[in-house]
Amino acid sequence: MRIDCKHVWEHISAYIENDVDPQLRADIDRHLETCEICSAVLDSTRNVVILMADDRVFEVPAGFSERLHARIDRELKEPTDPKP
Amino acid sequence: MTATDPEFVADCIRRILAGEKHVFHELIRPCERSIYFLLFSILKSETEAEDVAQETVIKVYQNLDKFRGDSQFRTWVLSIARNEGLGRLRKITNRREDSLDAETDEQTGDYTPAILTSWREIPAEALEQKELGNLLRKAIEGLPEIYRNVVLLRDIEELDIRESAAVLKISEASVKVRLHRARALLQRELAPLLKAFTPAKRRWFGGRT
Ligand SMILES: [Zn+2]
Repeated sequence: MRIDCKHVWEHISAYIENDVDPQLRADIDRHLETCEICSAVLDSTRNVVILMADDRVFEVPAGFSERLHARIDRELKEPTDPKP
Repeated sequence: MTATDPEFVADCIRRILAGEKHVFHELIRPCERSIYFLLFSILKSETEAEDVAQETVIKVYQNLDKFRGDSQFRTWVLSIARNEGLGRLRKITNRREDSLDAETDEQTGDYTPAILTSWREIPAEALEQKELGNLLRKAIEGLPEIYRNVVLLRDIEELDIRESAAVLKISEASVKVRLHRARALLQRELAPLLKAFTPAKRRWFGGRT
């Protein structure tokens, strides 16, 4: 089946997740072969998703883990009453 | 990953409840980054997120005997974190409980992507440039909350769709809708800006054919 660009955009996220049925995937793939816009939209979206997942983008504050485990140690030594 | 393996978790919990309390450090370690970022997504403040992260792990410790093992340990922990985070948010903003979930999937918006005719891959090494990380963070932090939370769990902490749905207490279909919109919003905002980070062409190889 021939599909248009808007149709492809609606499924880009699912396509990246590998969560489209084989028929739709084939239709999208055929569209991508000839549509440079959808190819660029797909590639840029996937690029953003990959970059976001990199551990360098979001980092916990310096000393976060040390302070957290120090807090746990205090609780293990002198348990506080559970809060409701 | 062994650290999130149900057997590792069950074994840790058994030992902790039998008196080997220090094992709790190892049990919670694989979850702590996700706890912090989910709370940061909800509270948008480093100090609040860290404070509530500490309260969350204490709560997890105190309720360890209530973990049933019918969900993943991380899902259970993040559900507790989310509850604690929403509780703190209510305290800070004085918002009523129902208004916190007021943002729904029904809202319509424009999720048209940025139209491009070509895209050259920006490799992960480009993140050595601090400005690229800043751009990504700013765009994600600027998303509406319901989209930010989903991106955080699925794309940044890499939970699967089912786990993300369980933590946020929404359907898997909702996770997919929100994820789709969030990625479209991010692509539209970021694609034009990210082009500046495309690696320079290596002309001495004669370019691409
Ligand atoms: Zn197209």
